[in-house]
This record gives sequence, structure tokens and C-alpha cells, in this order.
Amino acid sequence: MSALNFANSPINQSLTPERKIELYSQMVRIRRFEQTGLQYYQGGKIGGFLHLYIGQESVAVGTLSLCGENDHNITAYRCHAHALASGMNMNECMAELFGKQTGCSKGKGGSMHFFAPDKNFWGGHGIVAGQTPLGLGLAYGLKYLGKEGCCLCFLGDGAVNQGAFHESLNIAALFEIPVIYVIENNGYSMGTSQKRSSSYTGCLAQRAEAYAIEWDVINGSDIYEVRAKTQIAIERAHKQQKPTVLEIDTYRYYGHSVADSKHKGGYRTPEEIEEYKKSHDPISVFRNKLIEEGILNDELIDQINKDAKAEVAAAVQFAEESPAPTIPDISTDVYWETDNQTEASKIGHHFFA
Amino acid sequence: MRTLTYRQALREGLDEELARDENVVLMGEEVAQYNGAYKVTEGLWDKWGDKRIVDTPISEAGFIGMGIGASMLGVRPVMELMFWSFHSVAFDQLVNNAACVRYMSGGLCHCPIVVRGPANGGTNVGATHSHIPEGLFAAFPGLKVCSPATPADAKGLIKAAIRDNDPVYFMENTLLYGNVGEVPDPADGDFVIPLGKADIKREGTDISLIAHGRSVIHCLAAAETLQAEHGINAEVLDLRSIRPLDVDAILATVAKTHRVVLVDESKPFGGVSAMVSHLIQEHAFDELDGPIKRVCTIDAPAIYSPHIENEQLPNPKRIVEKVLSMI
Repeated sequence: MSALNFANSPINQSLTPERKIELYSQMVRIRRFEQTGLQYYQGGKIGGFLHLYIGQESVAVGTLSLCGENDHNITAYRCHAHALASGMNMNECMAELFGKQTGCSKGKGGSMHFFAPDKNFWGGHGIVAGQTPLGLGLAYGLKYLGKEGCCLCFLGDGAVNQGAFHESLNIAALFEIPVIYVIENNGYSMGTSQKRSSSYTGCLAQRAEAYAIEWDVINGSDIYEVRAKTQIAIERAHKQQKPTVLEIDTYRYYGHSVADSKHKGGYRTPEEIEEYKKSHDPISVFRNKLIEEGILNDELIDQINKDAKAEVAAAVQFAEESPAPTIPDISTDVYWETDNQTEASKIGHHFFA
Repeated sequence: MRTLTYRQALREGLDEELARDENVVLMGEEVAQYNGAYKVTEGLWDKWGDKRIVDTPISEAGFIGMGIGASMLGVRPVMELMFWSFHSVAFDQLVNNAACVRYMSGGLCHCPIVVRGPANGGTNVGATHSHIPEGLFAAFPGLKVCSPATPADAKGLIKAAIRDNDPVYFMENTLLYGNVGEVPDPADGDFVIPLGKADIKREGTDISLIAHGRSVIHCLAAAETLQAEHGINAEVLDLRSIRPLDVDAILATVAKTHRVVLVDESKPFGGVSAMVSHLIQEHAFDELDGPIKRVCTIDAPAIYSPHIENEQLPNPKRIVEKVLSMI
């Protein structure tokens, strides 16, 4: 554990008890959403891949709890938590998993491609590190449009070896772009450990030094630490329009995706997983702190669990009862001009048989 | 009417759009202080400054991805690829992000970008710098592709591309930049050519030569030879826009002449002409008096040798020979 008590940092001191409970509830809701998603995936209701975030909840909830009107975020394919923490509701998210018309992306994106631009959440991207130049661009756009804001661009520890990320770091520093790259380091890029995939000295974030970018490492099991250190990066982005690279140490209890059968007993030991659950679980750690602070008690904890469970159950029902996309739906949302029936859309053929 | 070079016409189009919309920003390698590798953007940095005309590092995946991200927030980046051949290092951004983000978000994200630059062979720069990817990108729903042959079309289409709310990949040609042609005076009104509208560059009755980009210029030269030396009156249809595609204009010229040669600087396998050929056989089969023929780039990576490269590409001689073989 860190010697510093980040509960005392100003950004955490400013939290009301209600807001602390809200942060805790967010993490519980996200975990419950995914646990239920897993059940229905295994029951054959959800197609494709399902990359679970369980174990990492403090990262999305802690960082995004700091965001204001002009702060945006974008992530990779492990996106459910960022979506919910950005304010998306469970119905539209569950319906997307179920491939329904009422899904946030109308059933066209799936688990890896949740979006809510109205909540400053820009996806949900399937290609490792492919979102890193987009995050740069969102932050560039904010600066271009004269808005004091930033973009939190999340990536995994496996993404740090992609060229697109390095190109983004170079431009971020060169152009002074208010982007914050948050490396969610869960130790494994799919089945390959950090040591087997990355060459580094102290840590992955230290690579930022090569680009003259400030960086920091965060213990992800403590949401107070996540908030305290991310806030420094946000202020740097807002006031100096400069990028930061943050590396948040975290862990996923499940595989890279649900299809990853080797995550337990294959490339990592069951003991390793149990140790994280026992000592570093971000929800348990925060729960214990809030109990110590006298903010949470058994009754409240129980109520929060029940509420989350009920919310997810309702979302499942909503998803189940929603209609599937139709064959005509396949051909919408391809072009803005054709969707909006503009003059331009009537000239020439846009689609071919 | 006044004349401009293709390069000047493009620049005038860019300049007018920079003036019209403060969210239009030009970015790319050497576009600002160096005045453009091919001088398309010459003088624009002096006029518009650092914010609107942005030099980027040689980092195509980085700056194109950045432009896509910025466009989702309402900026309208016009990004120059020094050569379209460099698309390969930014391919993920060009096809996964730009082409798919609208779809995967169920229509929530927009991507109003333009990526422009030369895409042509014929300059003895070898295979890596001579890719002609209009057919490749037109194969991705979500993208639009155009390829102007004349200065007027270059200006009119670049303006339409910038105003379009979807990603438009704009393919120019280094061998056309110096060509001179008539371009309407801005004093006579806003000159915009919509995407998706082909143009008959030469009226004819005996055979249709259908092409885009520099191949149109070759077709026009071939048509003069066919007329003068063989009494064949060829019609030349310039597609201008690949996607959206003016299928009606294609079918109309086929119905008029009943014979077709498609001229396409792409390679034969799956190129633009392969798609056009399919459309003609499907929708105008009964209009044809013979099989559809093509003149494409000879199916090998682009050869360097200045002695022979023009023979690998479509050229007037090859077009004339192809037409004569059919009649």
C-alpha cells in the first residue's frame, strides 16, 4: 500500500459522502452489469467477444468522475465501464450486447463499440491502439475550437507497443495537445505478460520521457489515488494544454475476453488471481475505506447491491423484449448524407448490389 | 474564360473553403512552410497562418487519426497525403476508423474529413510510390472517392468534398498538376461540382471510352486519333467520382454507342473498371454489341524504368489498339 493517504488530497477532500457513495455504487453497478452480461453470453444471448472489465472498475470510475463539460473520453474494446461511468444507461448498453435495435449503437457495434457522443464518450474501438490517434484528435479539436478541456484516452498495456500510440505521443507533445493517455495496465496483453511483450526500464509510462511528456504511475486499487493523480494531469491539460501519460496498475479477473480459456492456470496462476481479489480489489478496498470513514454500513452496502441487481435485471428484460435490427437497418448509418436524405445523397449511386 | 493549372484550381478551391468555414483546417507533411511538396498549398500558410495550415511530422497514422478524431467534434480537416501510396501506413485509421465509426456508433459519430493527394503512376518512382487505390477505398462502404481529370473538376470537386459530411478520399495526379484548363471565375458565383456526377468530355456515337483521372486525358487523345485516322467517333465519359458513382451516365453512354472500353489506371483485378464492367453487364447487357474490354495498368507492381513505365500504364496508343481490335 502507498504510504500516502490520497483520501486527504484536495480533490478527494471535496467529495461529499453522497458523492463517495455514488462512486462506490458506480463500481458495483458496472461489475454487476458485466457479471450478468457474462451469464447471458454463456447462455448464447450475446454474440462475438465479451471483454470483461471486472477488477479494473476504479480506473474508469475514478478518472471519469473528474470530468467536466469539455472533458471527453475514448477507449478500446474493453469499454462497458467507460460507457456506464460516462453516464450511459444500462438499458442501451445491455440491448447493444444483445444486438438489438434499441442498443446504443442500434446493434451495429456490439460489446466493443459502445458510443455516447452526447455524454462525451467516443467509443468503444476494436483495434488495439487504433483509438489513440482519435483521442489525440478529440483533444486537438477542443483546442482548435477554443474550449478548455481534455480527452482521456484509455489503452491497455498491450497497446503501448503499437506504432499509432507512439505517433500520437510525438504529435501530442509537439503540438501541445491536452490529451491524457491512461494505460490500464492489467499485466497481460491477451495471454502475454508485460515482461514478455514490452521492453522497458522502470515502467511503461516512463516511455513518455522520450517524448518530453509528464507521466505518473498509479495504484489502481485505490480510487482515491486514481482521482488524486489523474486530477493533476487534467489540470495540466486544462491550464497548460499539455499531454500526460498515466499508467494505472490494475487487474482483470477474467480472461482477455470470455473466449480466453487459458487465463486461469495457463498464463497466470489461480493464486495470483485470488491474491488480487483478496487484497487489491478496488471495490472491496473502497468499501472498507468508506466503512472506516463511517459513510457506508452493511445496510447501505446491501441496498446498493440490490439496486444494482434490479437495474441490471430491468436492463436484461429491456434487451430481451427489444426488437432486433431489420434487413433495411443494415444499410443505414453508412453515410451521413444518405441518412439525412440531402441533395448530395440523391446524386449517383452510394450503394451497390 | 480564364484558365488555371490543375494545381492552381485546387488551391483556389481550398482557399475558398478556408474562407467559407473557419473549421476547415489543412494539415499534412510540408503543406505549410514548405508550401506543399507539389505546391498545391503554396501561399496558403502565408495567408491563413499556423492554426489553419498545419505542418505535421511524417506520421500518417498519427495525423490522419488525429484529423478523424477532431472531425467527430466538428473540425473539418483536409489532410494531404504527399502520395496516396502512403495510405498503407495509415490504413487502420483510413478504413477502420474513418469508414466504420459512423456505422459502429449507430449513426452517432460523423466523420467529415477529406484526405487528398496524388495517386498515380508514370513518374518513375517505383512500385511503392505508384499505387492507385481509388478502387481499393471505394470498396469500403462509408467512404467516398473521387478523381478529377481537369482543373475545373479539381476545383469543383474539392469544394464539394470539403462540404460533404462523410469522409471523402480525393485522388489527384502529379502529372496533371501542371495541366491548364478553363475554370469559372469566382466572381461568377460559387463553383461546386457535386460528387456522383459523371461528365461527357467528348460526345461520340461509335464507342464509349469510360475512364477517370488521367486516363480521361489519354482517352481524349485516343479519340482524336480514332476519328482522324480510322473514322471512329468515340464518346469519352469521365466518371469524376468513383463512389458515389453515376451509374445512369454509364448506362446512358452504353445505350448510345453499344460498345465499351473501360480505361483504368488501376490494376485489372478488382479495380474500378471491374465494378463498372459488372454494372454494365447487369443493367445494359442487351445494349452491348460485343464484350466489354478494358485497358488497365499491366498487372505487375509499377516498374521503375523510364524506358517502359508508360507502356505499363494506359496510354493513347494502347487505347487505340484496343478499340481497333474490337471493330
